[in-house]
Amino acid sequence: MSEAAATNTPAKTKEENKNIKLVNDATCTFCGCVCDDMDLTVDTDENKITKAKNACILGKAWFFEHTIDHERPVAMIDGKEVSVEDAIEEAAQTLVNAKFPITYGLSDTTCEAQKQAVAITDLIRGNIDTTTSVCHGPSGMAFQGVGEMTMTLGEVKNRADLVIYWGGNPAESHPRHFGRYSVMPKGMFVPNGKKDRYIVLVDVRKTKSAGVANEFIQPKPGKDFEILWALRALVKGKKINNSIEKETGVSIETLENLVDRMKNCQFGVLFFGMGLTMTRGRHFNSGALLSLATDLNEYTHFVAKPVRGHGNVTGADNVVSWQTGYPFGVNFSYGFPRFNPGEFTTTDLLSRGEVDAAMIIASDPGSNFPKAAIEHMHKIPVISLDTKPTATSKLAHVAFATSTYGINTSGTVYRMDDVPITLRPAFESPFPSDEEILTAIKNRVHELVKAKRYRN
Amino acid sequence: MAETMILVPGRSSSQGTSLNEGKLKDEYKKVTSTAELNEKDMKRLKLKDGDKIRLKSDVGQTVVTCKSKKDEELPSGMIFIPYGPPSSELMASDTAGSGMPLSKHMEVTVTKAR
Amino acid sequence: MSNELRITNGKVYDPVNNIDGEIRDICIKDGRIVESVSDDARIINAHGNVVMAGGVDIHCHIAGPKVNLARKLQPEDHRLDPHPATEHTRSGVGGVVPSTFATGYRYATLGYTTAFDAAVPPLAARHVLEELHDTPVIDKGYYAVLGNHIFLQQLIKEGRKEELKEAIAWWLNACKGYTTKIVNPGGDEPWKGKKNSNVRDIDEKSDVFDISPRDIIDAFIDVADDLGLPHPPHVHCNNLGHSGNFETTIETMKTAGDRRLHIAHIQFHSYAGKLGENPLSAGREIVEYVNDHPNISCDVGQVMFGKSTIMTADAPSAHMTQAYTHTKWINADTENESGCGVAPYNYQEHVYTNALQWAIGLEIFLLSKDPWRIVFSTDSPNGASFTSYPKLIKLLMDKDFRNEEISRVNQKAMNKSILRELKREYTLSEIAIITRAGPAKCLGLANKGHLGVGADADITIYDDQEDKELMFNAPRYVIKSGQPVIEDHEFTTDYYGKTLHVQPEFDPSIENSLRPFFEDYYSIRFNNYAVSDHYLHDHEFIPLRKS
Repeated sequence: MSEAAATNTPAKTKEENKNIKLVNDATCTFCGCVCDDMDLTVDTDENKITKAKNACILGKAWFFEHTIDHERPVAMIDGKEVSVEDAIEEAAQTLVNAKFPITYGLSDTTCEAQKQAVAITDLIRGNIDTTTSVCHGPSGMAFQGVGEMTMTLGEVKNRADLVIYWGGNPAESHPRHFGRYSVMPKGMFVPNGKKDRYIVLVDVRKTKSAGVANEFIQPKPGKDFEILWALRALVKGKKINNSIEKETGVSIETLENLVDRMKNCQFGVLFFGMGLTMTRGRHFNSGALLSLATDLNEYTHFVAKPVRGHGNVTGADNVVSWQTGYPFGVNFSYGFPRFNPGEFTTTDLLSRGEVDAAMIIASDPGSNFPKAAIEHMHKIPVISLDTKPTATSKLAHVAFATSTYGINTSGTVYRMDDVPITLRPAFESPFPSDEEILTAIKNRVHELVKAKRYRN
Repeated sequence: MAETMILVPGRSSSQGTSLNEGKLKDEYKKVTSTAELNEKDMKRLKLKDGDKIRLKSDVGQTVVTCKSKKDEELPSGMIFIPYGPPSSELMASDTAGSGMPLSKHMEVTVTKAR
Repeated sequence: MSNELRITNGKVYDPVNNIDGEIRDICIKDGRIVESVSDDARIINAHGNVVMAGGVDIHCHIAGPKVNLARKLQPEDHRLDPHPATEHTRSGVGGVVPSTFATGYRYATLGYTTAFDAAVPPLAARHVLEELHDTPVIDKGYYAVLGNHIFLQQLIKEGRKEELKEAIAWWLNACKGYTTKIVNPGGDEPWKGKKNSNVRDIDEKSDVFDISPRDIIDAFIDVADDLGLPHPPHVHCNNLGHSGNFETTIETMKTAGDRRLHIAHIQFHSYAGKLGENPLSAGREIVEYVNDHPNISCDVGQVMFGKSTIMTADAPSAHMTQAYTHTKWINADTENESGCGVAPYNYQEHVYTNALQWAIGLEIFLLSKDPWRIVFSTDSPNGASFTSYPKLIKLLMDKDFRNEEISRVNQKAMNKSILRELKREYTLSEIAIITRAGPAKCLGLANKGHLGVGADADITIYDDQEDKELMFNAPRYVIKSGQPVIEDHEFTTDYYGKTLHVQPEFDPSIENSLRPFFEDYYSIRFNNYAVSDHYLHDHEFIPLRKS
């Protein structure tokens, strides 16, 4: 029953091949589904995964494409290969000597690595932020305003008879969400699976996800808040003006029917995506949806859940929260954590050109951030930790190539519903883990900070 | 003739699989620089699949390849593109105090690129 | 550096060893208290100081998913109370739900060196263990919420007693918990499955499982005794917060007969009056039952005025709070295992119910005949943050101060309480019992709560002050496992304590019953459920009782 024991059984296949190992119940960390039922076949000569049973299309790409790139140096400074020790020294010096250093990323690494990143930022009195700020950060802010009706995904599997997806396209972003947790599975109180559930999709595009839905509602773009607020009113028995259809593209009748279903279901779920958080209204949209779910609890049991993206972005939220009290956008410049989205979030800090050094861990703002932010990254020393070359590692002053979590290293990952899972690595990598690099940087930073701050 | 439309960047399966191959690889570049438009809009703008279009926002511009989508899948006036460097090029940095730039629902003008 | 230490000249309060304020030396070596040390030992002169074992918190909420949700929920509370880094310690934030580092340091600055989180669903075991690891100075553990587990309820329903025992033993191993926790037995299923309803009577049968709350409590008590768990089932009774609930509490205690049982935050379960109307005090009825039954232990769950946060596996009770405050509210369901609710709250002196709750807690303390079994807690942060402990100690030790406070609060409530008539003042020795020796004994921690030879060298040295709130708010020295952590009121090093847990033996064939249930009804694989030892970091398993 020990996981360690289960992990380390390189059960050789009964056939002839001695260079094949099986890793059962491994976990895929590509998306927030964090499916832990992967049966991996590993070619230990080539150090690559050749089969990933149960993996979806994204999971297969994740497992098959993370091979060892022997050409890539472990550490580089300004594009030239250096020793890991030299790179760690340079990274530590850069961070300690900066006036306003930031740490960013963290969604595609283990909680163990995330903890080291917070420790470094605490020591250097920098700013730490995660990809949450450009994902469900607005939902996090809405949560702070109104709370949340939430659940682990097994509750949906066992109980949900009404499942609503809003502003998300899990068929493409989280391909097993339907099959594993929310639509197809037969559960304790929904023994016939999909037959016992009613599925609604609300989106401005008729995406591939519409295929599983009993009902598809297509509002005009940017009108989510208006619709959600109208639903709240209807839930409370208030009248809605007929102009709602012209405004939002959704008829009163459609809304009334939906309210009827929501109030009369046994266990309802609202899953929501970045169609709410990344559009006009942002945290107000998420807040309206969270409040709708809360309101419905006067009538029945209703829950709401953001469908989180990257493998361990939920872990990053948890670690940063328990260590600092705040989920993202945390600044240590006064010697203690402060939180202020818009001020201490990375898009803003970079775009305004306020920071003079950045450590980017397991994410690629160099290709995803607004233009102004990327331009500033080119002007300052950037330290990057990444498993593959990216736009960010390309512009970095110090670039570390690290091993891949869940494929090469163990550690803890939180599923989108806050369920923590331990990873079972498939094969060893010659590259160090994020945790190892960050721990080494932390130790060196600690020495430098002690000398600088406390020994004068 | 430029026309204003709403750009909605998002995830897609091919964006997800190609980023695993590597974000500096050709496949990812191709996927993230292919925009989907409503079939009627394309007809009106005299565009066919594979044509290059120039998208322009207040902060930047980019040239991408276009591909048609049926009317019921993608409403007229909307463009979908998988997240990537081209969508970043168009993204304004103001977050309205939230930390989140407007990453979906961006107003852009569309012209055929020569 | 020598690992030997001698504390000299201090006034020692060590009720386990019948030492009541004598001046004597305490010798420490290798983290334990010893008979004597060599002349090389470092000497701490505790002249004019009071020396006690480190405090032991038997019931608080400091780590894990619900705590982290409550923490994330309240930035407005953190920003008023920053916790700066020092040369030796990490930064954090305080408030009612502090960050993990601040939690550990602040417990230490009250002289506490051990604390148990009272309710975590086993599915979140890794989370709680990681947070506890990041909670510095103190030793820690947690109680596993198992009382409403669907699989276990099925076993109880089917009378499969032997399997129930094996399954609970398996679970405690799998999640590294310290004992079983039962919260609002039978209440999760109507909440999740019957449109947010609740169980109302200890003998009401579930229409899903056909068992009553009493059946659950009874079965868990037997299992704890059979396994020899060091601490019996830790029970949060039905009907928390409702007027008239004391009868449920008495019935819960009667269910135990003469078997061991711990009732959590008993103040919240000591209300007379009619359901739906203002509560009346049943403090006397409750405390008399506990006084007369040595098999029962309880912690008080004192309410203190000011900000708190309701956080509980009793989801309906959090909903009741929110219905009253109309502020933000979290409900969080854990598959097959538990419900959970979180709601910020503020106990106000002028509010009848709040003032009466405060008075009932004090009644229970002051009418207690056995401080070893009626021990100190605020159900932090439900009744109040643990940072209010010094003030509560002063309320117990200082009658004049108490009377001043009584005169400031809702007088209608005071007229319904016998608090004004209670003249008792706790002695330092009694305080040492309810905050240290008693909880350690209830928990079966033989090496904690006292200063005898062989005990863990967890020691607090307070300045002997007249004002007990000031005294207990800032120990001059705190020594954890023989290591001085606070010296002259300042942290001189960082220190990470250990995880305390149990390892009852079980028959591995129980996994044959568990595995199919996991495959059908859990969302993670059976093989990925049990927590590996490395999440324990530094740890100690507490021996089981010999039967």
